[in-house]
Amino acid sequence: MNILLNGESWALAPGLSVAGLLKETGLDARKVAVERNLEIVPKSAFETTLIGDGDRIEIVHFIGGG
Amino acid sequence: MDGNQNSGEDFFQVAGRRFQSRLLVGTGKYKDFRETALAIEASGAEIVTVAVRRVNVSDPKQPMLMDFVDPKKYTYLPNTAGCYTAQDAVRTLRLAREAGGWNLVKLEVLGDQKTLYPDIVETLKAAEVLIKDGFEVMVYTSDDPIIAKTLEGIGCCAIMPLAAPIGSGLGIQNPVNIRLIIEAAKVPVLVDAGVGTASDAAIAMELGCDGVLMNTAIAAAKDPILMARAMKLAVEAGRLAYRAGRMQRKLYADPSSPLGGLI
Repeated sequence: MNILLNGESWALAPGLSVAGLLKETGLDARKVAVERNLEIVPKSAFETTLIGDGDRIEIVHFIGGG
Repeated sequence: MDGNQNSGEDFFQVAGRRFQSRLLVGTGKYKDFRETALAIEASGAEIVTVAVRRVNVSDPKQPMLMDFVDPKKYTYLPNTAGCYTAQDAVRTLRLAREAGGWNLVKLEVLGDQKTLYPDIVETLKAAEVLIKDGFEVMVYTSDDPIIAKTLEGIGCCAIMPLAAPIGSGLGIQNPVNIRLIIEAAKVPVLVDAGVGTASDAAIAMELGCDGVLMNTAIAAAKDPILMARAMKLAVEAGRLAYRAGRMQRKLYADPSSPLGGLI
């Protein structure tokens, strides 16, 4: 399946959870927030939220700013 | 105004939390995270503003701010820098709350790329939504005393007028407006944006501000770590001078040595 991850097209195996996606991309789940189709995915739901074909996923973190 | 300027103990209180430092600093524009961490430490700040951005998915091993600026040691104040609509600002801060669990946030909704002046209509809309959603909102605003009262009235926990455009370093261009905002406010007032050097920070504090928020004045100094220390001392000096109450200005000289007993 294909998703839009942070604005870029990614091909993923079907049935992947948000936690699985973070693992696959090598990101630390404690340091990021995830949005799926404009809805926030709470950290507690990372394991149970499955990613679907065509999903728009945003993964954000804190950077330096004023 | 926190009403304790004449007592021995002096602290900065916002949204029910107490801080010793009245200097809040940004974490942007530094050479690297090491310099960021050293400058923040030298500034004595306890609250640091941070931005929310997409992670670089293709390079997940890139160093992260949190590895250098410990969120357990410093209070992270997520901001909405770069947001031009209420909707974007609310979305950004909801993500920030999810990423870090913080509800104390800095709201800024910009109106124009050239001036980075706040869009007050969008700011008011966003503030209302965020407050209803349980956020404690410190709000970046113009130096309009009426707008400041309106923002306080809808429940913002701190009013943060600009002293000059963001990143301009022009200093306190609007002492009359800043003073009017301070006089009318029952929540903390902080100058946010425009400070260029230590004397600017001292002037803001002498006007009676509860604190000063800055980023570029430190990060863009030739020696940011030295400037961070200068800002710490300036904010403390300005606060002490405000609490002490300055002498009256006079038009003519007044000798410091007694005239009696002259030979």
